[in-house]
Amino acid sequence: MNSSQVRKRTGVVRGTSITMAHGSGGKAMRDLIEDIFLGSFDNELLAPLEDQARIDLASLTAHGNRLAFTTDSYVVDPIFFNGGDIGTLAVNGTVNDLAVGGAIPLYLTCGMIIEEGLSIEDLRRIVTSMKEAAALAGVKIVSGDTKVVERGAADKIFINTSGIGVIPAHINIESSRAQPGDVVLINGHIGDHGAAIVGARGDLAIENNIASDCCALNSLIADLLASCPDTHCLRDATRGGVATVLNEFAAASKVCIKIDEKALPVRAEVRGICELLGMDPLYLANEGKLIAIVPANYAQAALAAMRKNEAGKESAIIGEVSQAPEETVILKTIFGGERIVDMLVGDQLPRIC
Amino acid sequence: MKYVDEFRDPELAKTLLAEIERLLPQIEATKHRPLQLMEFCGGHTHTIFRYGIEQLLPKTIELVHGPGCPVCVLPMGRVDDCVALAERPEVIFTTFGDAMRVPGSKKSLLQAKADGADVRMVYSPLDALDLAKKNPNREVIFFALGFETTMPSTALTVLQAAEDGVKNFSLFCNHITTVPTIKAILDSPSMQLDGFVAPGHVSMVVGEEPFHFVAARYKKPIVITGFEPLDILQSIWLLIKQIAEGRCEVENQYARVVTADGNTPGLKAIAKVFELRDYFEWRGLGSIDHSGVKMKEAYAQFDAEKKFSMPNLTIADPKSCQCGEVLKGAIKPWECKVFASACTPETPMGALMVSSEGACAAYYNFGNLPQILALKLEQEKLESEKIS
Repeated sequence: MNSSQVRKRTGVVRGTSITMAHGSGGKAMRDLIEDIFLGSFDNELLAPLEDQARIDLASLTAHGNRLAFTTDSYVVDPIFFNGGDIGTLAVNGTVNDLAVGGAIPLYLTCGMIIEEGLSIEDLRRIVTSMKEAAALAGVKIVSGDTKVVERGAADKIFINTSGIGVIPAHINIESSRAQPGDVVLINGHIGDHGAAIVGARGDLAIENNIASDCCALNSLIADLLASCPDTHCLRDATRGGVATVLNEFAAASKVCIKIDEKALPVRAEVRGICELLGMDPLYLANEGKLIAIVPANYAQAALAAMRKNEAGKESAIIGEVSQAPEETVILKTIFGGERIVDMLVGDQLPRIC
Repeated sequence: MKYVDEFRDPELAKTLLAEIERLLPQIEATKHRPLQLMEFCGGHTHTIFRYGIEQLLPKTIELVHGPGCPVCVLPMGRVDDCVALAERPEVIFTTFGDAMRVPGSKKSLLQAKADGADVRMVYSPLDALDLAKKNPNREVIFFALGFETTMPSTALTVLQAAEDGVKNFSLFCNHITTVPTIKAILDSPSMQLDGFVAPGHVSMVVGEEPFHFVAARYKKPIVITGFEPLDILQSIWLLIKQIAEGRCEVENQYARVVTADGNTPGLKAIAKVFELRDYFEWRGLGSIDHSGVKMKEAYAQFDAEKKFSMPNLTIADPKSCQCGEVLKGAIKPWECKVFASACTPETPMGALMVSSEGACAAYYNFGNLPQILALKLEQEKLESEKIS
């Protein structure tokens, strides 16, 4: 091996944990990027390592007529939990934020803020999760940034992902489009992610096997939109849970949304945790659940299409839209009474995503 | 879910409601006014709202939501004391989560935490004791609050700390007692209650006996009640039945949990560690004799009130708050002047807006707010017409 070959050798991260040197812009950082990031997020847009990804416009406009552009930061604690980790969350969360607008998600960026001392093994595991999640969702991670901060200045690792996608011309999803008579659908059990985080924190000494529902929803949404192109409202029910999304729809559309507690899919384990801790599954976070509002005559077709998709097997119709009282969400309780479901005040649980 | 869904069966509810409807005409008083039944406990209030029980009941029954939410009735001065303790650099201040948001005169524990105090949420006093063992160089204070329900676990934690010789653990004791408070409500001149839904978890600890005076001396029917919606409906039926039959007794609907003598080892632990205070200050209700407990001299080394100095000031409730009247059933939450205007769950002024178990927060979150606001506007209009 001659000296120029040695110089060109792909970098390999040394040591077992991240140090300030890995964020310094020097050789350690180059090694980190080449070994961990380039090794995983291998694609032709990232490979040149320019300061920006360069995307051919014609390839975008082939998909539709509007660009969807979004960003989200992920600070979940703990970073590993049953059913996923901060990496899967960072990819799927941003993919879903694009997809619920009707966009076909295409490209993501990835900004990491790492606390010194994070083990290289943990970082590798997180990046591998991101790689796998991106492959499953059919998106490419095309640009990135890494900063390392002193111990205590961040908690292990924070990730920001931004994403772009393209909205096909015939799709018009808006939270203000819910109309009286419309039907409300959900793609499965609520509260799994929130309950999984409670379990993973371990500070409640409650053991459970609930896995986070963290997954990309773009393929499910594609199936839904194929069966019901005129879907009125669509949003993923993350922080604040199903209750928050329904309230957002009711407020933006100036309608009443009535849901039936009996129809809400909640796992027995999640209900159990909620009963024990005094939490309400309606407010628990999800990372793979969407609420769709569709015209009544499309409801059955939409439900059937959703149920055929892996991410929508447990889909259900949970309620309907009516005129009054405006900007209100009402729950018909299993006991036969009714109550208002308001936005959450404060936090049921901090740092769930 | 087993052992839960059975107590939420809508068909059984219909049977109970029909039976209640059948009995009501036999009660003479209902021809002139609605019957007022008080559920003392915040847990009951929560169930009533969560399942929409009020709307299922006939109009001739009114539920009055009592002061049994220990977070709500915590006076501002005590919250200030908590903040002062939490802000000491050597202190790790541990608390149940729902106490974090209670406003003090300057800040809540949540704000104190944001400002740098080491405030940590725990789910049991034993977690706080563990924390003390793991942090021998810090002082761990547990913010003990709640009625008799939570007293045994705090008492046993103190006994454990004594046995283990832990020196850096103490309690800021804010435990309150049920019976003197029910008595204060019954003695109140504006009182017009017809019966009590008695707290199930408190009774689990204290047993049935302490409630006998309600029936014997004050001639009010009282039923010890569980926390599922059918428990509450069944108790309402039992109360209506007592009234219709002219009886005043202590009945135990929650017999699957509550025994006549209560939790004897728990009561022993309470008696060992705690003694009654001469009086204790309540948000909304003022000072009530013997309504709180403090730690006995023998456990002074675990008493944060003795170990640390704190402001210990009495701070009056905001003048516009009508929590006291709501607590006694004199007015409905939405009849308060500041309800949903100056006082909301985000910016609670009064005690009852603070925790989700408080009557006002329950109305605000679960009640039919637009309807309530319309009623409120109508009432204000009537009042302004009266004045002019």
